[in-house]
Amino acid sequence: MLNRFFSFINALGRFVISFFRASGDLILFTAQTLLYVFKAPFYIGETIRMSIEIGFYSLPVVALTTVFSGMVIAIQTYEAVSKFSAEGAVSMVVLVAVTRELAPVMAALMVAGRIGAAMAAEIGTMRVTEQIDALSTLRTNPVQYLIVPRVVAGTLMMPLLVLIGDIIGVCGGYLVGVTKMDFNATTYLVNTWNTLKAMDIISGMTKAAVFGFIITVLGCYQGFKSKGGAQGVGQATTNAVVSSSILILIFNYLLTELFFKM
Amino acid sequence: MKEKQVKISLSHVAKAFGKKQVLKDVNLDVYEGESVVIIGGSGSGKSVTLKCLLGLTEPDKGKIKMATENIGMLFQGAALFDSLTVWENVAFVMLQKKHADRTAAKKLAIQKLAQVGLKPEVADAYPADLSGGMKKRVGLARAIATNPEIIFFDEPTTGLDPIMSDVINDLIVDCVKKLGATALTITHDMNSARKIADRIAMLYDGEIIWVGTVDELDKTKNPYVRQFVAGSAKGPIQMEVKAE
Repeated sequence: MLNRFFSFINALGRFVISFFRASGDLILFTAQTLLYVFKAPFYIGETIRMSIEIGFYSLPVVALTTVFSGMVIAIQTYEAVSKFSAEGAVSMVVLVAVTRELAPVMAALMVAGRIGAAMAAEIGTMRVTEQIDALSTLRTNPVQYLIVPRVVAGTLMMPLLVLIGDIIGVCGGYLVGVTKMDFNATTYLVNTWNTLKAMDIISGMTKAAVFGFIITVLGCYQGFKSKGGAQGVGQATTNAVVSSSILILIFNYLLTELFFKM
Repeated sequence: MKEKQVKISLSHVAKAFGKKQVLKDVNLDVYEGESVVIIGGSGSGKSVTLKCLLGLTEPDKGKIKMATENIGMLFQGAALFDSLTVWENVAFVMLQKKHADRTAAKKLAIQKLAQVGLKPEVADAYPADLSGGMKKRVGLARAIATNPEIIFFDEPTTGLDPIMSDVINDLIVDCVKKLGATALTITHDMNSARKIADRIAMLYDGEIIWVGTVDELDKTKNPYVRQFVAGSAKGPIQMEVKAE
């Protein structure tokens, strides 16, 4: 009985130590990345290449996610408010839900799956095939060359993706509202426009920038620290997606508190 | 007579990973224009020694001195960048410079590729399209692209057939001679060591236990060296068959 207790304490201690070790390692990695963002040389070509990869090629998946989210929100809101004859609130709810929450969070989760995983796999493969070591021997700082362009691109492109997602999501709600719920098209658009506040867009885009940073830092970190061949790279990819998805949801709550708690 | 300059110096270098003491006390000087090969069994610390030399791992104790920062390195698996073409790999350092002239860089890369026996058509291929031997050649072209004063070779013939191994060995000797560079190679391929080396050093149990020329290698009475050269399972070297 006593032995079991001690082995439990032992396991708990190991877990706590490894958790704090990993957290400290991640914080140092993030700090190092931030430091190099402002230090020459700047790999502009790599940053543009990554911006296209993150921004342009993620557009279809973000558009699909947000358009269907907008449509679903319109249907659910209509179902709820029609009991109180408040159907006019549908456009308002769609706008607020899409711009403040759905577009940034759904886009971020999609990009985490697409880009975070790809970054972890690519950089992880470079690690286990000694390509990162090769960079060091070729007088190139791997953090500056590989990590900074990805983090900068992710942080800058996510707000743009979300802005487009906002428009498409609201259009999804509009489509359902006009075709299924017989709303007047002009009235729906006027209501949406009148409800629109700059803060809704700004908060969504700020969240997106933070999520973009989280996705790229964690994707790069997991890849950069991966070891042990194909299995290690696979583990890094899984870790990147899971950890960034969890952090996205946590930071979504914290940022919502920050922006909207009166 | 002018005394040759020490280009690489390892002095009492030690490195442990957790409880495993990989390097205990490594001492070795490599002189200008010399080609030294470190031999040793798997797990003897050859790769860790090389990583310490390249600055990829920090030794726990001891001093490492290199007379220059202009170095080249041929990795075991060539470590070519998958996303870049062959010529971009070879000209990587030149392309990282501000206002790099891509045309001039490509021309130089093709020259270096010719030096390792590769045709200009290979320049626009991607590493994934190449065979193991061709990758090694491209890796060698990249290693010599900046005319380095010191070149490191990590198991240059691993994974190659005997003929291609010999081709790579000849290329290494040729490139090092033409550049007048100092070379340090780690390998457990004795044919390669005999062909490349001016001097051979044997690493065993985290220490350099023997240093000598190729001729001295065949005459030595050191039981560790004799066992390793003979490739015999019987002798003082006991291979670990279980992970610690």
